[in-house]
Amino acid sequence: MSTTEALVKELVEKNGRTRNSLMPVLQGIVQQEHFLSEEALICVAKELDLSAADVYGTASFYTFLDTVPRGKNIIRVCKTITCHMKGKDEVIKAISNALKIKVGETTHDNKFTLLSANCLGWCHKGPVMLINDEVFPELTPQKALEIVEEYAKK
Amino acid sequence: MSKYLVNLKINNMPVAVEEGTTILEAAKRLNFRIPTLCNHPDLTVAGNCRVCVVEVKGARLLAASCATPVSEGMEVFTNSEKVRKARKHIVELLLSEHNADCTKCFKNGHCELQELASEYRIGDHVFLDLVTPESMIQDISSPSIVKDDSKCIRCQRCVRTCAELQGVSALAVVNKGDHQKISTFLNKPLHEVVCTNCGQCINRCPTGALTERNYIEEVWNAIYDPSKFVVVQTAPATRIALGEDLGIPVGERVTGKMVSALKKLGFNKVLDTDFTADLTIMEEGTELLTRLKKALVDKDEKTVLPMMTSCSPGWIKFQEHMYSDMLDNLSTCKSPQQMFGAVAKTYYADKINIKAQDMIVVSIMPCVAKKFECERPEMRDSGYQDVDYVLTTRELAMMIKQAGIDFHKLDEDHYDSILGESSGAAVIFGATGGVMEAALRTAYEIVTGREVPFTNLNIQPVRGMEGIKDATIKIKNVKPEWSFLEGVDLHVAIAHGLANARQLMEKVRRGEAVYHFIEVMGCPGGCLGGGGQPIPTSPEIRKKRAEAIYSEDEDMPIRKSHENPEVLEIYKEFLGEPLSHKSHDLLHTHYKPRKRY
Repeated sequence: MSTTEALVKELVEKNGRTRNSLMPVLQGIVQQEHFLSEEALICVAKELDLSAADVYGTASFYTFLDTVPRGKNIIRVCKTITCHMKGKDEVIKAISNALKIKVGETTHDNKFTLLSANCLGWCHKGPVMLINDEVFPELTPQKALEIVEEYAKK
Repeated sequence: MSKYLVNLKINNMPVAVEEGTTILEAAKRLNFRIPTLCNHPDLTVAGNCRVCVVEVKGARLLAASCATPVSEGMEVFTNSEKVRKARKHIVELLLSEHNADCTKCFKNGHCELQELASEYRIGDHVFLDLVTPESMIQDISSPSIVKDDSKCIRCQRCVRTCAELQGVSALAVVNKGDHQKISTFLNKPLHEVVCTNCGQCINRCPTGALTERNYIEEVWNAIYDPSKFVVVQTAPATRIALGEDLGIPVGERVTGKMVSALKKLGFNKVLDTDFTADLTIMEEGTELLTRLKKALVDKDEKTVLPMMTSCSPGWIKFQEHMYSDMLDNLSTCKSPQQMFGAVAKTYYADKINIKAQDMIVVSIMPCVAKKFECERPEMRDSGYQDVDYVLTTRELAMMIKQAGIDFHKLDEDHYDSILGESSGAAVIFGATGGVMEAALRTAYEIVTGREVPFTNLNIQPVRGMEGIKDATIKIKNVKPEWSFLEGVDLHVAIAHGLANARQLMEKVRRGEAVYHFIEVMGCPGGCLGGGGQPIPTSPEIRKKRAEAIYSEDEDMPIRKSHENPEVLEIYKEFLGEPLSHKSHDLLHTHYKPRKRY
C-alpha cells in the first residue's frame, strides 16, 4: 500500500464513508501532501464510492484544494484592491526575487510555492499574506522576507 | 395520499393545480409555453439557466418557473415587460459565452438555444463575446461522442443525465465562476475515462456542445465509390423513430419507407439487423440452456449464473469499467450489429460473389456506442473490420434530407434477401425487456416443445418502463433431453438505464436476488430511447415508441426467432448449429476489464 493510499484509508476511517466526508478527507490529504495527486483523488473516489470526475469536480471548486503539486509552504499574497493600494506588488517582487520563482511557481527544493489570493478579509491591515494557515498582516517587503526566512529554517 | 388543490392566476386566468406543482407545469395546463433550457422531463430540477423566469405579483425578484412551486392566491405573469426584457437579456448573456458559429454547427437547425435566439430576435452583440480560445478545442478522442466546450452553456443536463439516469458520472462540473466548465476526471479526453459512449448526454444537450461523431461523408463516399459494394443494416428501434426527424408523428412505424429511402440513397443491398437479432437469440438461448445444464446438472464451478445479455455496447463498457469481476456473467454472444458484420463479410459475401475487402457494411443504429463497438479490435473476425461505419437514426434522417427525398410520399419497400428476413421477436429487441421476451419465446419452446404460456406470445411481465423488472417462468412438462429443467422456476430480471443496471448488479453481488438470466440495456427504455435516436426524448415519447415496437411485432407473420427461415438456412448451409465451432469464431467474443476510475 502506498503512503497516499494509507493516508486516505486512515482519513476515511476517521471521517466516515458518506459523501459528507468528502471535504474533510480532501482537506486532510492537502494538509499532509500539500496537494491532491491523481492517485489520491482515485483513492478517495474508491473509498467513498464516488465517480472520480465527481471528486475532481469538488476539488477543483476550492482554491485551497490544489490538484497540481505544491511546495511544503504555500505563500498566498492578497491581490485584491486594498492590499494592491498598500503595496502588495513590492511584497511579491521581494519574495519572488528571494525565492527565484514567479507567482504560481514552486521552488526547486519544494519548500515554497508562491501564489496570489483573493481578499483575505484583512483590508484594514494590508498588505497581507498567508503562509499555510498563518496570517501575516501589515507587510513591508523587508518584513515579508524575514518571515519567509523563518519558514525556510523550519 | 390526496393532495390539496392550489388556486392561482397565470396571466389573469384562474387555474387550480395540485400542491407542489411548479409554475412551469401550471402554465402548461393553460397552454402558456414558457421557454426552458436546463429543464428536462427526465431529470431533476436545476434552475440554473434562468430563461424560464416569470413575474410573481408582490415578489421582488423574478422567479425561475421550473423551480418554483405554486402557492395559494399567487398571480403570475409569463410575458410582462419585465419578464420579456429579462428573458431576452438572459439569452443574450448565454450567447455571449456561446460559440454561435451556427452555420457550421452539427446541431444547426436542431438547437434549443438557436431556436430561443431566433424567437427573441437576438440581434447585435449587446454583451462582450467571452468564448475563450482554449474552449474551442473539441474533444474528438471518442469514436462516438464529440465534446465542444465553446458551445456549452453549462445547463448541466449532461451532468445530471450521466449521474441520475446512468449512474456513471463521467462528466462533472469543474472549476468555478468564469472558469466553470463541464469536464471529466482531471480534464482527460473522453476515451480515457469511464464514459460508456451511451450518448444519453447528446440526447439532452440543448446546444451543439455534445454531439455524435458523424460519418455521413464517409458513407456518401462509400456509396459513390464504384469499386465498393455497400450493404446497410437497420437496427430494430430505428424503424419506429426515424419518422420523428422527418416530420412524422412520434410512434408511427416507418419500416417500409425507411427501406425505400435507403434504396434510393444508393446502398447496394438493404438488409436487416433484425435478422441477426434472431440469430443472437439462437446463440444466446442455446448458451443460456447450456449454462443452466452445466451449472445445475454438471455442477461445473466455472459456469457462472446469472447469464447477462450482451447486445448493448454501452452496458458492456459499463460492465468492463464498473463490474470487471463479473465479466464471465456476460453472454459471449456479439451484439446483433456485430454478428451481422461478421456474417455479411463471410457467408453473405461468398453467396453473392463479392470479395470481403470490396464490401462496406454500414449500420443504422439508435445508438452512438455502436460507433465505438464497431471499432473494437475484437470485432474483426471476418478478417476485416466487420462493420465499417455506424450512423445514428438522426444521421440517416440528415442523409435522406440531403438526397432530396420526400419521405412522406415514399412507397413502402421490403428488405433484400438474404439477411433481410426477421421475426417479431427480433423487432422487440428495440424495447426494454425485448431480448428477454424473444429469448424466452425460443428457449421455452426448445425445452418443452410448446409455445410460451402467454396470450398471443406476449410476455407481459417483462414489458413496461419500470426501471428494474423481474419475473419467474415455471418450466413444466419438458422434453426428455431437458429433464433437468422439469419444474424449475426460471428467474429473470430486466434493467434499462445504467443507474438501474447498477442497482441490479449490487443486488446480485450481495446475493439478495438469485436470477438465471438478466437483460440489461444501457439506455432508458432500451434501444428505442438510445443515444442516437431523434431528439427530444421524454417518458411519453419512449412510451409511444414502445407501443410502436410491440405493434410491429404483432403484425409480423413470424413471431419467434427459431422460425425465421433465413436463420434456419444459415445454420444448415454455413454455421452448422448454435455454439458450433464456426459460430464461436464469428459470432462470439470476449470482454476486457477497464479502469474503474
